[in-house]
Amino acid sequence: MTLTVTDLSMARGGIPVLEGLSFALGAGQALVLRGPNGSGKTTLLRTIAGLQPPLAGRVEAPEDSLVYAGHSDGIKPTLTVAENLTFWAQAFGNSDIAPALAAYSLTPLAERAAGALSAGQKRRLGLARLLVTGRAIWILDEPTVSLDVEAVAMFADAVRAHLGQGGAALIATHIDLGLSEARVLDVAAYRAKPLELDDFDGAFL
Amino acid sequence: MIALLIRDMRLAMRAGGGFGLGLSFFLIVVVLVPFGVGPQAAILSTIAPGILWIGALLACLLSLDRIFALDWEDGSLDLLATSPLPLEGIVAVKSLAHWLTTGLPLVLLAPILGVLLNLPEAGFLWLTLSLALGTPALSVIGTFGAALTVGLKRGGLLLSLLVLPLYVPTLIFGAEMARRGAEGLDTTTPLFLLAGVTCGTIALLPFASAAVLKVNLR
Repeated sequence: MTLTVTDLSMARGGIPVLEGLSFALGAGQALVLRGPNGSGKTTLLRTIAGLQPPLAGRVEAPEDSLVYAGHSDGIKPTLTVAENLTFWAQAFGNSDIAPALAAYSLTPLAERAAGALSAGQKRRLGLARLLVTGRAIWILDEPTVSLDVEAVAMFADAVRAHLGQGGAALIATHIDLGLSEARVLDVAAYRAKPLELDDFDGAFL
Repeated sequence: MIALLIRDMRLAMRAGGGFGLGLSFFLIVVVLVPFGVGPQAAILSTIAPGILWIGALLACLLSLDRIFALDWEDGSLDLLATSPLPLEGIVAVKSLAHWLTTGLPLVLLAPILGVLLNLPEAGFLWLTLSLALGTPALSVIGTFGAALTVGLKRGGLLLSLLVLPLYVPTLIFGAEMARRGAEGLDTTTPLFLLAGVTCGTIALLPFASAAVLKVNLR
């Protein structure tokens, strides 16, 4: 189970942002992406998650091993916490949500409408979704936004437990998660040289 | 897939889901027409099938932008697209959920509102049948339009302009079938054409919708 990225280049809004990026992420490893705003961290993660095609290069991962969590948590405010989580568990072919609720101290909130949660609680619910997917490689974009210190520790524990079970995590973040075992990759070093796109889309972007 | 259908139905039924929007719009249109046209029963009964069909079509149109817009705004669409559910399946389930919450209630309400427009007795069965056959096509075509405009701010105008021409064949054959039925004529030809349009759109458009959705998510 290895995520391999080879010589990857990608564009955002028709403009190349990163090029020549290569790394490998094996079982039990975590990689933290760093870089200033607009350096292409989100674009990289969306490309790896398969939401957009790369300009060049390859992303190789075992089938059905990736799960992506973006800036928004995809929470439906009129459903309860348990209903939100159950839906994602079923979408990924699982059913047990109790451990995920417990890992982020959401059990007392399970029957509350998700719209009534605070920003930090919503984020915890969004992160709990990762646990019910049963996927091995987590691709996380700024997972700790609006989390308090305790919740960040919960998240770090969850990541550590996931790595311990042979999982892997690719995390774009600005804060120190306290994951001493994680490697750090600064994407600023791979900034793409500005150039004109000559493909068909370019005329419309 | 079933989980997604249940979730979408639940969201539509709960507060702010927009379940009643299309229905109440349909009700308002049909109630207002006799006031605008005048109380002559003969005129009303002539135009009844057409008015009921146009009302149902516009009511359907009104609820289209909710199909993907809400999921796009809260990020669920990205997460759904990266989930193991195939995008074609997601789109098909979304169309089905839209039909169950908008199309089917319209079909059931139409005969009741037919009374207000003095629809001839023979027409009730054919009106219901034509709507039951035609509204699935409205939902599937509408889902395609919603997929095309997902992510656009205030995409509702563009959505209506894109979808309305595609609705025309369904409207023509559907209203024709209801009219012929109401006048006691043979309805075979419009029935087959309407069924053909519906079957064709259901078979082909989910794939087109999934393809445009994939492009729009980039």
